[in-house]
Amino acid sequence: MGDLMWILVSAMLVNNFVFFYFLGLCPFMGVSQRMATALRMGMATLFVMLITAISAWFLNAFILPWAPYLRLISFIVVIASVVQIVEMVIKKVSPTLFRDLGIFLPLITTNCAILGLAIFQTLRDYAFVQSIFFAVGAGLGFTLALVLMASIRMELDLADVPSVVKGTALVFLVAGVLSLAFMGFAGMLA
Amino acid sequence: MKATTPREDLVRGIWEENPVLVQMLGLCPVLAVSNTVANSLAMGVASFFVLFCSSVIISTMRNLIPHQVRISTFILIIATFVTVADFSLEAVIPDIHRALGPYVPLIVCNCMILGRQEAFASRRPVGRSALDATGTGIGFLIAILLMGAVRELLGSGSLMGVELFGPSFEPWIIMILPPGGFLTIGVILLVIAWWGERRTSGATPSPWPEGVGPERTPVGVAPAEMAPGEGRDGFEHTHRSRGR
Repeated sequence: MGDLMWILVSAMLVNNFVFFYFLGLCPFMGVSQRMATALRMGMATLFVMLITAISAWFLNAFILPWAPYLRLISFIVVIASVVQIVEMVIKKVSPTLFRDLGIFLPLITTNCAILGLAIFQTLRDYAFVQSIFFAVGAGLGFTLALVLMASIRMELDLADVPSVVKGTALVFLVAGVLSLAFMGFAGMLA
Repeated sequence: MKATTPREDLVRGIWEENPVLVQMLGLCPVLAVSNTVANSLAMGVASFFVLFCSSVIISTMRNLIPHQVRISTFILIIATFVTVADFSLEAVIPDIHRALGPYVPLIVCNCMILGRQEAFASRRPVGRSALDATGTGIGFLIAILLMGAVRELLGSGSLMGVELFGPSFEPWIIMILPPGGFLTIGVILLVIAWWGERRTSGATPSPWPEGVGPERTPVGVAPAEMAPGEGRDGFEHTHRSRGR
């Protein structure tokens, strides 16, 4: 159990996907304007990550040992289909949630955090339960990063900054400081 | 789409519409592997290869790909070339391949590559697509090498593994760690924005309120009284007089 908690906490805080691995920067820059959308996007990503981790584990266990060169292509196809299926299921089961998520659902397909999750899981030879904990940790970490950034950016909108700094440059500098703060978690697991 | 000359197709991606520094595409690899110049070079060349080959193939097959499934088709073609690049790197430079780790397969998710296919290669002839891919690829190389040079110079005091500053230099460890990536790209974007603002400051209204700031208007002198092409300080400011 300690091992599983370590995987979860490490994926969430110490090796945060956004601040340590630079994965999923596009949604991180794109949808971190408002708190509500950031939270919803994070949750949708967490959900897709969970299903991707399960599918990737099945691929790794039963298909890829016989065709290792197909790894990347099969991961991509699986992620695209999973997102498509999730989209259809949500549309059928809860039209309200579907409308809330809007464009963010299809965008998850091109989020490199999802493919990164599948690749890390393969490189580290995670077993089934480990994969699930890793996916939950990564998803929570991504949500945390988005929500933190959104709350900072909402305050930044009110701040009086020089016109040159406005926009992406400032967001990157703030992300750098946040990344510095997250590095502090490394001592927690020593 | 606006008609362009072959030269424009080639040059546009290098600086004017630089994929990384202007369009903010493909940031993940640029930030993640740019801690040394050698890694940046390997990543830049691999991305260039994938972009060029997939642009040529997709442009060749642009009339065969059904519109509804074009994105999936593009991704499959890109993934094929990324697999080729991954295995080639592993065979040729195993050390750097290990250092790049999962970021080589992650070239698939580089939105710069998919963006060029969607915006250019899927609608234009092969030759033009090859030129466009070359320009964009060079732009990406410039950006990632710039990042790699700054981070390696400050973070380990060397370039391409050659020590430059001697033993008394204390390396800024932070620059080769993840936060250094964010800070470096932030500062680079800041410099570019500042430069752009300086160049166009005459054409756009000054951000300062009337009567304060660097462009203070002398009381009693209306702008119309000055000769065209002459600034208030007596020097030639032709680009400034345009906007007034």
